[in-house]
Amino acid sequence: MTALSRAGAAVPDIAFEDRMATVEFRVAPDAHIVVDGDSCRGCTTRACVTACPANLFVPTSDGGILFNYEECFECGTCYMVCNTEGAITWRYPEGGHGVVFHRS
Amino acid sequence: MSATFDCVVVGAGPAGSAAALVLARAGKRVALVERGPFPGSKNMYGGVVYGRVLDTLVPGWEQEVPVQRWITRRATMVLTETQSLTVDFRSGAWARPPYNGCTTLRPDFDAWLAGKAEAAGAVLLCSTTVTGLRRDDTGRVTGVCTDRPGGELGAPVVIACDGVNSFLAKEAGLYQSFDPANFTLGAKEVIALPRDEIDRRFGLAGDEGADIEIVGATADVAGGGFVYTNADSVAIGVVLQLPGLARSGRRPEDLIAQLKAHPSIAPLVAGGDLKEYSAHLIPEGGYDAMPEIVTDGLMVAGDAAGLCLAAGIWLEGVNFAIGSGAAAGETAVEALRRGDASAKGLAGYRRRLESSFVLRDHRKLRRAPHFVLSERVQHRYPAVVCDLVEQLFTVENPAPKRGGLKAGWRALRAHDVPLRDVARDAWTALRTFG
Repeated sequence: MTALSRAGAAVPDIAFEDRMATVEFRVAPDAHIVVDGDSCRGCTTRACVTACPANLFVPTSDGGILFNYEECFECGTCYMVCNTEGAITWRYPEGGHGVVFHRS
Repeated sequence: MSATFDCVVVGAGPAGSAAALVLARAGKRVALVERGPFPGSKNMYGGVVYGRVLDTLVPGWEQEVPVQRWITRRATMVLTETQSLTVDFRSGAWARPPYNGCTTLRPDFDAWLAGKAEAAGAVLLCSTTVTGLRRDDTGRVTGVCTDRPGGELGAPVVIACDGVNSFLAKEAGLYQSFDPANFTLGAKEVIALPRDEIDRRFGLAGDEGADIEIVGATADVAGGGFVYTNADSVAIGVVLQLPGLARSGRRPEDLIAQLKAHPSIAPLVAGGDLKEYSAHLIPEGGYDAMPEIVTDGLMVAGDAAGLCLAAGIWLEGVNFAIGSGAAAGETAVEALRRGDASAKGLAGYRRRLESSFVLRDHRKLRRAPHFVLSERVQHRYPAVVCDLVEQLFTVENPAPKRGGLKAGWRALRAHDVPLRDVARDAWTALRTFG
């Protein structure tokens, strides 16, 4: 036996949109994360795409990264796993906006 | 126009509210600034508050804390794909005052503690994001800038309790380095189930609660899993070391789904509706990964100072936040009395922490984070231990029993663990936890 399956993905028991629909987001008018498309085009690791728990980073057909700020947990994973200095600029959203946890 | 206080505390989590409470009680004018619409709205955690740190700060706390359940059952579980081994401890003593730990929802708990600070006279400013530090010509911190119109808040002392990403500690240059390996991502599902169904599944009654911590639950990513009971919901989640998560190409919710599908876990959470999904970073680097915590006019407490204890069998954070926040508050009161809020004037903060459980625990367990997240502990020993136990309890008549040593030897060989590594790790474990 190996440690819990390293390769196989478990069958998701809930669609990702339904998962995110359980979370309240008071969306701010301005984006609190800015992604520098030029830096991303040369990136081969794309750690943000898989690590972001809210799945906000989407690769585009031209090799860039599309980013949605609206449903962000404000956790900071994206800039911490990014190995390109300055590719992700991150700050907190305007006061009173962003994610609002009620049961966590 | 800017408002002036004796102290500005940034972040109304457990650290910030404890600091503000101490200051307000000493008659100081203190602002407690929270970027969320209410305290706790940005916060998420791995489930248990160990409240004894509140004995002196909020006497009688156990009568009024917004508890979900008192933890009376603490299990540590080792998983492989098809096996599980659980050390399952219960204590009746933990069901009575002074209790040990409780589950609570952070919006409830954080709002309760912030309410204590407010009742003592602190000014709670919600929906206000601190955008940076205000400094004088010498570089000394003299307050903060906020995103409210004209929203500068001046104070001779600022206490940064702004969480794991602490932009203030970074802006002040207190983080020498920032290694992603010192951080984990916690991702959690809160699943609604009827209260009596939770009692049945976890073997509980009344206000009793269970906390199950899991090793071997996160595939090839270093980390762990957890399951714990609220009153009428069960929380399940994973904790994932960032570089390993980035390398793995796995998604956090996929690893939760895999944990939930394990035969030993599935019956605990089956059939409930997902009520809230959440994610948050955890500073797990321990003592050696802490930033500097004092500079001229500024102290750092709680997650912002890296004060989560992630030491294998001990997983604590809220108590360290409260302990450090209260110590920062006491130090600020003293510094204000003496009129010296320079780094030298605030040096008592570090001394207070060094003599309290906050840094005594962290210093004693400084080797633990690295050891617990090491390859063998994460990926080999769970399988070795489960295989050893499986061999011991499998009756293969007519073959006679193999004996523990032989079974252990076979399990180690099957997972490519040389004896010298076991000896080395045993020595490390002794030095770490002994």
